[in-house]
Amino acid sequence: MNLKIFTPRGGVHPDSHKTESSETPIRHVPMPPRLIIPLIQGSQGSARTIVTVGDKVLKGQCIGEAEGADGTSIHAPTSGTVTEIGRYPMAHPSGLSSQSIVIEPDGENHWITYEPLDPTTANRDELILRIQASGIVGMGGAVFPSHLKARSKINTLVINGAECEPWMTGDDRLMRERAANIVSGAAVLAHLTGAQQTLIGIEDNKPEAIAATRTAVDDMEPVARECLGTGKMTVIVVPTRYPTGERKQLIHVLTGIEIPPSDRVTKFGIQCFNVATAHAVCRALLHGEPMVSRIVTVTGNVKRPGNYETPLGMPIADLLAFCGVKPNTTHVLMGGPMMGFTLPNLDAPVTKGCNCLIAASKELFPPPPSEQPCIRCGECVDACPVNLQPFELYWASRAKNFDGAKYHRLFDCMECGCCAYVCPAHIPLVDYFRYASSEIRARDEEQKAADQARMRFEFRSSRLEREKAEKSARLAARATETRTKSAADAALIAAAAERVNEQAQIEPSLQDNAAPLYDQQT
Amino acid sequence: MTSPHIRQPASVQRVMTTVLVALLPGIAAYVWQFGAGILVNLVIATVSALAAEALVLRLRKRPLWVTLSDGSAIVTAWLVALILPSIAPWWLTVAGVLVAIIGAKHLYGGIGQNPFNPAMAAYCAMIVAYPALMSQWPSVDGVDFATQLHLILGGSRGIDGITGATALDTMRTGLHNLGNVQDILTSNTFGYAGGRGWEWIAAGYVVGGVFLLARRIIPWSLPLGFIVGMGVMASVSYLIAPESFPSPLFHFASGGTMLAAFFIVTDPVTCASSPLGKFIFALGVGIITWVIRAFGVYPDGIAFAVLLMNICVPFINRATPLAPAGQRKDRP
Ligand code: SF4
Ligand code: SF4
Repeated sequence: MNLKIFTPRGGVHPDSHKTESSETPIRHVPMPPRLIIPLIQGSQGSARTIVTVGDKVLKGQCIGEAEGADGTSIHAPTSGTVTEIGRYPMAHPSGLSSQSIVIEPDGENHWITYEPLDPTTANRDELILRIQASGIVGMGGAVFPSHLKARSKINTLVINGAECEPWMTGDDRLMRERAANIVSGAAVLAHLTGAQQTLIGIEDNKPEAIAATRTAVDDMEPVARECLGTGKMTVIVVPTRYPTGERKQLIHVLTGIEIPPSDRVTKFGIQCFNVATAHAVCRALLHGEPMVSRIVTVTGNVKRPGNYETPLGMPIADLLAFCGVKPNTTHVLMGGPMMGFTLPNLDAPVTKGCNCLIAASKELFPPPPSEQPCIRCGECVDACPVNLQPFELYWASRAKNFDGAKYHRLFDCMECGCCAYVCPAHIPLVDYFRYASSEIRARDEEQKAADQARMRFEFRSSRLEREKAEKSARLAARATETRTKSAADAALIAAAAERVNEQAQIEPSLQDNAAPLYDQQT
Repeated sequence: MTSPHIRQPASVQRVMTTVLVALLPGIAAYVWQFGAGILVNLVIATVSALAAEALVLRLRKRPLWVTLSDGSAIVTAWLVALILPSIAPWWLTVAGVLVAIIGAKHLYGGIGQNPFNPAMAAYCAMIVAYPALMSQWPSVDGVDFATQLHLILGGSRGIDGITGATALDTMRTGLHNLGNVQDILTSNTFGYAGGRGWEWIAAGYVVGGVFLLARRIIPWSLPLGFIVGMGVMASVSYLIAPESFPSPLFHFASGGTMLAAFFIVTDPVTCASSPLGKFIFALGVGIITWVIRAFGVYPDGIAFAVLLMNICVPFINRATPLAPAGQRKDRP
């Protein structure tokens, strides 16, 4: 009963390391002494503080209001007191800091009064507003505001349960334990986007998740069934392969449509949400719970690997300590080993995009062997999911031939890391690509700045020129004016003089008054 | 540390070792048919290649061990030894290796950057410089190792009975003297399909080549292109004038055809990039090889054909870029 699936090119099959964390149920973590909630959770969607220091807040109470149409709200992850509003480091490769609200939990964990919204009766705008006001963002790691995606009108809704990165099992556990919520959330999203077809793609290395989700689809809650209407929802098993969990890759596998890197998925009538996002939508609408926590896979060099329902804002160090991070841990990765990054600072809090933390040791993640010259073996070409020739990009980037890198479509590269993973010469290819693209961006910026400066200069000189021209025109005009005036005056004077003369003949004394009159006029 | 944080257990060393292993069946057949002389030349080539590589790396102030241990110099050395006559004097082998390693590889910036196939460059240099020595091959009947060793170590030459002409040479000379292909083939230089003895070596190379294909070390597009190129030319000419043109089978089993198909045109550094480009490259080598064999003055045209196509690689690459994702034909 499986639909036909498609096989995109490239991809790799790294050791999955899933069972380390996938075999224990999702656990709760104790509330840390303080929570740090950044107002910005990802690259898009910011919020404005609506609390002040000293305020008492309830769990789920909005503490940051969505800023503008793209913004997403943030909520207190537990009840307590706002103790500080200030800049704190974020979980980001650059270690940059962001304005954050600090909450000291009161240990009560008191929820606000839930206000569910019935998707079958509420109107569409109301539902989308609620998604925004519940602070829902893409939970696969991209953190894109979900209400913006839910607004699109499409035919096919893809729910991403592929979870292809090694070590990561949060979605797997979520599907096993809370498939009904995922299915309801997916049905609501289908309702909002008008999708007639909902495809839930799950990799074949998660048989329990597949079974649970299939059961949930078969025994869908009545409200979900109503949302779905005439639409169909199908669970599709896809082969395990990295990076099938990347949305365009998954769309290709499920629908056979290969979306060019530069195109939006909606152009093809498709939209894609992660299973965890669908789950969050269900909680927000059907239960009235805004996003206050997320499931984080903590694995690798820890004593108790597993999946943890973590309050947003919990310092990563606290979470790791709770999981028993071992002393020989060298560094901690956020995200999977293929695309994740090394955390520069463990004081950073868990945010909505924090899907996985991997404690790394020398044994689990040995440093890559030293880089050798490229032998053009073509392994990287075979592995690239978007049909690039990574070694050509490498030669171009290395030679700082950025036009060459662009010619070889550097900007189609999604930095999935497949090429570097297979390269027998152990070349950190993705580093070269990141370097080249940042150089090109910097160069383009410079170019833009230079263009602007030139434009400003040209504008200024043309303005000066125009002003000069206007000025001389004015001067000329005035000169002619003066000339004509003088001519007119002269005529007047002549006439007057004549009259005077005439008068002088009668009254000569008046002639002396004529000269001062003339002087005044010039 | 940056992503990806994990690597597949693969290395250049492993790739090169696999290639060396794949050469073993051919070498075994060589020893079986023509004696152990080839082993001596393989050793000479290996030692001189490593020495030359070390010297150049030292001069270029590059890390010695990483590159020396990657095995690429040994692959080049073995190929050079296998394409030179196995009874060539030691200094000819050394000279060939030096041309390959220093001239063709390092003068262009080292591995990965050389436009010309090093082994083929060595062959061309040697055949131009020492045409006589390059045409003395061991005959199947003279497999006496002591004599071979004597020849390799620089003994006097011209001993009849031990050296013989190759199948391609005999065919050329025969045709030149207005012979007919079928009559020429009755000479005892020939075996079942090609040169006597050489057919077995070719079969050994095929075994190794299939192994490389199975291990995905080489893509199928290269050997296929080469065999198609040569096969089409040979078949058409053979069908038109069988008395003047030998069959495709003869071409496949003679000279270095199979070595070239699986180990020479497949050099990743000097062939084209895309699968289509690779096919075109190898097709060109196959066609040009046949043309040189049929009408040229050199016994085997593979080396010249490869170098000619090496020159064309930048143009082939320009003409055959990979399609961007989402714009390929396999889209529904
Ligand atoms: S895999 Fe590595 S060595 Fe092979 S062509 Fe690509 S970059 Fe070069
Ligand atoms: S990182 Fe870029 S070039 Fe490398 S495989 Fe992925 S998409 Fe292709």
